[in-house]
Amino acid sequence: MSQQVVTGPEVPAAVVQADLRRAERTDRIVGTIQRQGALAVLIVIVIIAAASFPNFRSYDNAATILIAAAPPMLIALGMTFVIITGGIDLSVGSLYVLGGVVSAYASQWGLIAAFIAPLLVCGTIGLINGLLIAYTRMAPFIVTLAALLGARGLMRAISSEGSETYLVKSSAFRSFGNGSWLDIGYPVWLVAVLVLLGILLLARTRFGHAVYAVGGSQDAASLMGIAVRRTQVTVYIMSGLLAGLAGAINAAKLGSGVTVLGSGMELDAIAAVVIGGTLLTGGAGTVAGTIAGVLLLGVIQNMINQIGNVQSNWQQVISGAFLAVVVVAQTYLARMRRVT
Amino acid sequence: MTTTEAPVFSLPKIKNWLPAYGVYVAILLLVLYNVLFTENFLAWSNIRIQLIQVAPIVIVALGMALVIGTEGIDLSVGSVMALAAAFIPLYLGYGVLAAIIVSLIAGVVVGLINGVLVAKVGLQPIVATLALFVGGRGLAIVISGGQLKDVRNEDFIYLGSGDFLRLPVLVWIAALLVLVIAFVVRRTVFGRRLLAIGGNRPASELAGLPVQRVLITVYIVCSVLASIAGILAVARIQSSDASAVGLLIELSAITAVVVGGTPLTGGKVRVLGTVAGALLMQLVIATMIKHNLQPSTTEMVQAVIILVAVYVARERRSR
Repeated sequence: MSQQVVTGPEVPAAVVQADLRRAERTDRIVGTIQRQGALAVLIVIVIIAAASFPNFRSYDNAATILIAAAPPMLIALGMTFVIITGGIDLSVGSLYVLGGVVSAYASQWGLIAAFIAPLLVCGTIGLINGLLIAYTRMAPFIVTLAALLGARGLMRAISSEGSETYLVKSSAFRSFGNGSWLDIGYPVWLVAVLVLLGILLLARTRFGHAVYAVGGSQDAASLMGIAVRRTQVTVYIMSGLLAGLAGAINAAKLGSGVTVLGSGMELDAIAAVVIGGTLLTGGAGTVAGTIAGVLLLGVIQNMINQIGNVQSNWQQVISGAFLAVVVVAQTYLARMRRVT
Repeated sequence: MTTTEAPVFSLPKIKNWLPAYGVYVAILLLVLYNVLFTENFLAWSNIRIQLIQVAPIVIVALGMALVIGTEGIDLSVGSVMALAAAFIPLYLGYGVLAAIIVSLIAGVVVGLINGVLVAKVGLQPIVATLALFVGGRGLAIVISGGQLKDVRNEDFIYLGSGDFLRLPVLVWIAALLVLVIAFVVRRTVFGRRLLAIGGNRPASELAGLPVQRVLITVYIVCSVLASIAGILAVARIQSSDASAVGLLIELSAITAVVVGGTPLTGGKVRVLGTVAGALLMQLVIATMIKHNLQPSTTEMVQAVIILVAVYVARERRSR
């Protein structure tokens, strides 16, 4: 792919120009694939699925995919910000479960409490994560690993060691989870609005620029006068809040706070973010890519459900293989850009 | 003692000393507490149970310590245990040795994939091993047909439930592996190279070290150790359940390594510290269970211990 740019006295300037232009074009194409690769694959897979499974084409099925993707989408949204700053948040899976239990418990005091309580609890844990990471310079991996355990312990503590499942008492909250407007579920609307805000926040605001700068180089960012620590603390709070909200949405949908352990949600979210083209090294990535990544994993799961007689465990195998292929392809694409 | 001598317990001294030996002090205090306040703590049967429970975590944590020493991480160890466990009942018909060899080969293959992704392709270890974390357990469940299978072979079960010189065979194997890994890290060229690469990879490349080969070997060793733990787990519980074996063990292993004083930044591996880290966490859990504290409290205490250990061990940066 790397075109040798031949220079020499006998080569006319026009040829050199053409070669340079070609190199530039390659660079642009490769860059586009890297950024929009997940979207392209998503479109291809949706077309294949629509062609092979009549049930996939139905409106109900599309709604099912979107509703199922709502909580993971929120978690992956928060994770995108964290990963772009060069961090990682392993606690979101536990916070998701904790948020669901807290929300179901708080629903006895009404709809507002069912939203506020999980946000308060999970946001606080996010704040603790952020403070520890920003001010003690401990590795995000370890801090949020500890938070994973701590949040799980907290969840068990308030649910009688996981044996008590709180039912959602507020009927308004339950109808938020299962009702719809214009045939699209309320949770999907909420997630769509938040994702849109996320896109604007990351791409169009001073805070968004700070997030990229911190991920690119903390030292350079702090020399530029960016409040590195405040940015870090903010992204972990966001991640905690979004995980808690995802848990609340799930509780509203199910009508109870389910006390599962080790939901694995954090790793699904990381996988979706990485498939969406965000680099784990920080400094690069988009919310749009993450949306494509989450939907891609959701569609794959849906397709496997459509096939039916295939064991659902294949889904994990395929997701894992898919993740490997995507990240390997991304690495090579990144290398190609550097060469040209 | 004269007044001119420096005080023995000066603050900077403790600061240097605590990260390296804090875990041993913590174990000592905890044992002391248990001897005084826990009934039957020193009973042989209790010590036996604690050792049997900690052995698989120690084995997995040894491999994890090596990987972390290269500035990597291996999330796939639990899935490797599940894969190894899934192969055992399938090949036990060909003999105990055949079944073990097939399980170990599964470990080698996973380690090879991880290692190639990290060393040759240049992926970040957390992503490279995440793929097999997700896919590996799924594959194990597919291979085992999604069922729990009983294992009745006497020779095989001996590995997990038998005794040798009054100690469980399981514990002997773990102890042997600790010695081997400690020897490899301290006394072999491979160990030196591993630490050099973890300390400064570009410099190691420039110095002409076979960086890729060492990295791939480290990931293979880690996976093989995980599959040994998987084999022993099957031998102990006398059945193979791919959906349960080794679940969340990556967290326990990473915790043991970190609490044992191995920095996540690479370049240093504390083998005995890792064993001590695993023992400490086991003791904490055992103590809380004996005193009727709930698992929820145990988990929150574990979280605090991890944070304290890392905070203490955090290298003071020159910035």
